[in-house]
Amino acid sequence: MTRVGLVVNPVAGLGGRVGLGGTDGPDRARTALSLGARPLAGARAAAALGELAARAGESARDGLLVVTAAGRLGADSVAAAGLTERIVYAAGAGRDTSAADTAATVRAVVAEGVDLLFFAGGDGTARDVLGALGSPGVVPCPVLGVPTGVKMHSAVFAVSPRAAGEVAAAWLARTGGVRLRDAEVMDRDEDALGEGRVTSRLFGWLPVPDVPVRVQQRKTGSTAASPEAVGGIAAEVAERVGEGLLVLGPGSTTRAVAAALGADVSLTGVDALALRPGHPPRIVARDAGEDTLLALGPAWIALSPIGGQGFLLGRGNQQISPRVLRAAGGRERLLVLCTETKLAALGGRPLLLDTGDDALDAELSGHLPVITGRRRTSLYRLAM
Amino acid sequence: MTASHAPVPVSPEEARIAGKPRLRRFQQASWDEKLIFELGSPGERGVLVPAADPSLGMPAIPAALRRSDPPALPEMSQQQVLRHYLRLSQENLGADLNIDVGQGTCTMKYSPKVNDQFVRDPRIAALHPLQDEDTVQGVLGIIHGLEQLLKEISGMDRVSLQPGAGSAAIYTNVAMIRAYFAARGELDQRDEVITTIFSHPSNAACAKTAGFKVITLHPDADGYPDIEALRAAVGPRTAALLITNPEDTGIYNPRIEEFVRIVHEAGGLCSYDQANANGVLGITRARDAGFDLCHFNLHKTFSTPHACGGPAAGACAVTEELAPYLPRPTVELDPETGTYRLDDDRPGSVGKMRPFYGVVPNLVRAYAWIMSLGAEGLRAAAETAVLNNNYLLHKVRQIPGVSVPYAAGRPRVEQVRYSWEKLHQDTGLHSEDIGLRAADFGTHYWTSHHPYVVPEPMTLEPTESYTRADLDEYAAILAEIAREAYEDPETVRTAPHRSTIHRVRPEALDDPAVWAVSWRAYRRKVLGEAGR
Repeated sequence: MTRVGLVVNPVAGLGGRVGLGGTDGPDRARTALSLGARPLAGARAAAALGELAARAGESARDGLLVVTAAGRLGADSVAAAGLTERIVYAAGAGRDTSAADTAATVRAVVAEGVDLLFFAGGDGTARDVLGALGSPGVVPCPVLGVPTGVKMHSAVFAVSPRAAGEVAAAWLARTGGVRLRDAEVMDRDEDALGEGRVTSRLFGWLPVPDVPVRVQQRKTGSTAASPEAVGGIAAEVAERVGEGLLVLGPGSTTRAVAAALGADVSLTGVDALALRPGHPPRIVARDAGEDTLLALGPAWIALSPIGGQGFLLGRGNQQISPRVLRAAGGRERLLVLCTETKLAALGGRPLLLDTGDDALDAELSGHLPVITGRRRTSLYRLAM
Repeated sequence: MTASHAPVPVSPEEARIAGKPRLRRFQQASWDEKLIFELGSPGERGVLVPAADPSLGMPAIPAALRRSDPPALPEMSQQQVLRHYLRLSQENLGADLNIDVGQGTCTMKYSPKVNDQFVRDPRIAALHPLQDEDTVQGVLGIIHGLEQLLKEISGMDRVSLQPGAGSAAIYTNVAMIRAYFAARGELDQRDEVITTIFSHPSNAACAKTAGFKVITLHPDADGYPDIEALRAAVGPRTAALLITNPEDTGIYNPRIEEFVRIVHEAGGLCSYDQANANGVLGITRARDAGFDLCHFNLHKTFSTPHACGGPAAGACAVTEELAPYLPRPTVELDPETGTYRLDDDRPGSVGKMRPFYGVVPNLVRAYAWIMSLGAEGLRAAAETAVLNNNYLLHKVRQIPGVSVPYAAGRPRVEQVRYSWEKLHQDTGLHSEDIGLRAADFGTHYWTSHHPYVVPEPMTLEPTESYTRADLDEYAAILAEIAREAYEDPETVRTAPHRSTIHRVRPEALDDPAVWAVSWRAYRRKVLGEAGR
C-alpha cells in the first residue's frame, strides 16, 4: 500500500484574482471572498492527486491511500479525485481554518507514516508545514507543494498541480532515479518591500523529490536592471502599444519600465496605463483585480517573468486570469519584458505558465518574442 | 635554492591532474613611471623623420591643412622611449611573457617575430597611402595575393581587406546586406536580423547600428542555437542571419547548413562570423555551408597583433552576388599587363570602411604567415589547436568546482566556456575572483561577454601556439587556485597580491566624466586643468 499525505490550505490563493496579494490571515481571506474570489486550492489539490493516480495506473489506484484531514482540509479533494482517504484530523465545525489546522494535520499525517506529503498552498502554507515538521534531516518524509498560492517564492513547489502529480508518481515508483534535495522555503520580505524591493527571506528547507524543470526554482532577489536596458524596453513597449491601454504585471522590471515611461506603479500589484504618444501615461487602474481588468476593455498585457523561477503567469499575477488574457486577445497582445541578463540566468529553462486553464497554457506555449531592449527581442520558449 | 624561488607546493591531487608542473613564482614589476608626456625635455629628439621622396608622386599637404604650431608631442631620445615602454611592459600581463590560454574568444596566438622583419622593411615601413599606384605595385600585389588566399580558405568569390577587424568587419557585412536589399527594393520589408546569444555581441550591435531590429536565439538543451526558435523567428521580415560557428562555447553547430537553408528559404542572407575560425581552418569553409558573406579577424586566425581599437585588420568575403557592394577601392589586377590598380569607381559600394586600403602591416604579416605554412600547415595549425584545446579540457574538467556545460563528455573545437558555478556555490567566490588570483601566477583568463548564459563563466582557448608543458602549467595554476578557494578563500577573494595595481574600479571605465583616453583629456578630467 502506497500512503500519501495531503493537507490543503483552503484559503490559499484566494487573494490572487481579486488583487489582494497573499491571503495570510483570516481577515484577508474573508475580504477576498466578499470581493467575489472563488477557492481554488481544493480543486488544484485534486488535479495533482488525479495526475498521480493516472500515472500510477489502474492496478495501483486501489493500493493508494491518501492520509488527510476532513472536509476542505483534504478529504474533499481526495473524493474529487476518486481516491480512498483515511481521515486523521478534523477542524472544529463552523469556524475558519487557520495555520494551526495545517500544522495539526501535518503532525497527524506524518504520525501515521506516509511515503510523501503533499500540501496545497502558497509560501505561508509552506512555512506552516516546515514549522510542523522541524529541521531538514529530521523531517520524516519527502514533501511536495501543490502550487495554489499567490507569491510562491519557495522552491518546494511543483511548477503546476499536474507536475506535482507527475513528480510524486516518479518518486513513489522508485524507478526514475529521483533523488531528494533540500529545497528552500522562502517568503516575501515585507521589510524590503516597504523599501521598494521584491526580495525573499529564507525560513528553512524541506526534502523535495528533485525533478528538474518540473519542480520550481526559488525566486531570486530582484536586481537593479541597468537604466539603458529598461529605457530600451520602455521605448519598445511605447512604440508597440502606440495609443492604447497597457496592463502591467507586478515586479521590479515592469515597475522600472513604467517609471521610464513616466508612471509610478505599484511593485506587487497589477496596474493599467493609458498610453498616448507624446503624452505622459495616465494611470487608469491601480492594484486591479480580475473584474477591473475585464471591465477595462481591449488592452496590451505586459509581464515580466519571476527571476530565477521563470514563472510568467500563475504566480503573483493571478488577476491576469485566463478570462482576462482571452479577452485581451491572447498571445498577440502579450508583451513579455525581460532583460537579457535575467533571461540568461534561467539557464535555458523555459518561461512557465500555470494559469489554471490548460487549453490557454497550451495556446501560449512555444517560442515567443521577449522584448529585451529597443528593437531587440529574444525568441524564448514558454511551457506549461 | 632560495625561499623566493622555491616551487609552490603541489598537492598529490593536483600533481595527478597536472603532471607535477612547477608553478612559477611571479611578481609583477612596479615602477614609479610617469606618463610619456611628462618625460623628455624641449629640443631633445630621437629620430629625424625624412622628407618624402619627390619621385613617389606624393601631393603636397594643402596650406589650409598645415599646422601653425608644432604638435605638443613629448621630446625625448630613443633610449628614453625604449626604457619607458620596457618598464610599462613589465607592469602588464603581456602576450610575450605569459601563457595567453585565457584570452578566450579574443584568440591570442603567437605572432612570429620573423614576420615583423617584412613589416620593418623600408619597402613597407616607408609606404605612404597617398603614393601613386605605380609606386606601390608590390604592396598591392601582396593585398591581391592575400585576397586570393582568403578566397580559397573561405570558398567565397571576392574579398575586401579594407575593413578593420571584429565589429568593423561585421558592420561592413551588415552594410553590404543592407545595400543588397536596398538595391532590390526590399529594405523596408526586411528589417530584422537574427543572431544567437553565444555569437559575439558585435553581431547584434552592428545590425542595430545599421538600422535593423535584432532577434536573439537562445541555446537548446545541448547548447546548440535552438533551431525551433529559428523557425519561429524567420519570415518575410528576415534580412539576415549573423552567426558564429563554433560559438563561444567551443561547440560546433552540426546543423549549420540547415540553419542557412531555413533563412535562405525565407529570402534572407547568411553571414558567418568567423572569429572562431582558428580550429576549422582548412577543414570547413563558409561557402560550403551555404553562407553569402563571412569575415575573418586576421589577428585571431592569421597571427597578427591584436587590435584593441588599434591596428586591427579584417577580411570580408562575399559571393559574386554581393561583390558589387564591397567597400571601395578594390584592388584589381590587369591580367594583360600584370599591374594592379585601385578601383574607386564602384557605384554600388558601401563606401570606405577605413581610410585608404586597410592596415598594411597586418596584411603583410598575415600573408607571410599563410605563405610560410601552406595549405597543409594551415590545417595542421587548426588540428593542433583542437588537440591542445581538448587536452586542456581533459585536465580542467577534473579540477574541483569546474564544470563544462552542454554536450556532456563530447570534445570541443578550439575553445571551451567552463563554469565555476559549483565552486561559487561552495565558496561564494566568483569567476572574476579566480581570474584575478590567476594574475598572481603571471597569467589571466577571460570570463565571458554579457549576459552570462553560462553561470560563473571562464573561457579558455589554447590555440596551436602552446606546448604541452604550457598547458600543464596553466591547468596546474587553475587547480592551485581551486584548492585555495576551498581551503583559504580569503587569499582568492583579496587577489591579486603580486600585481602592480590592485582591483580596478570598473565603473570608471563606463563613466565618460572620468575616463581619459588622451593626454589632453587626462589633464582636463584628472588633473583638473581648465580650458583643455
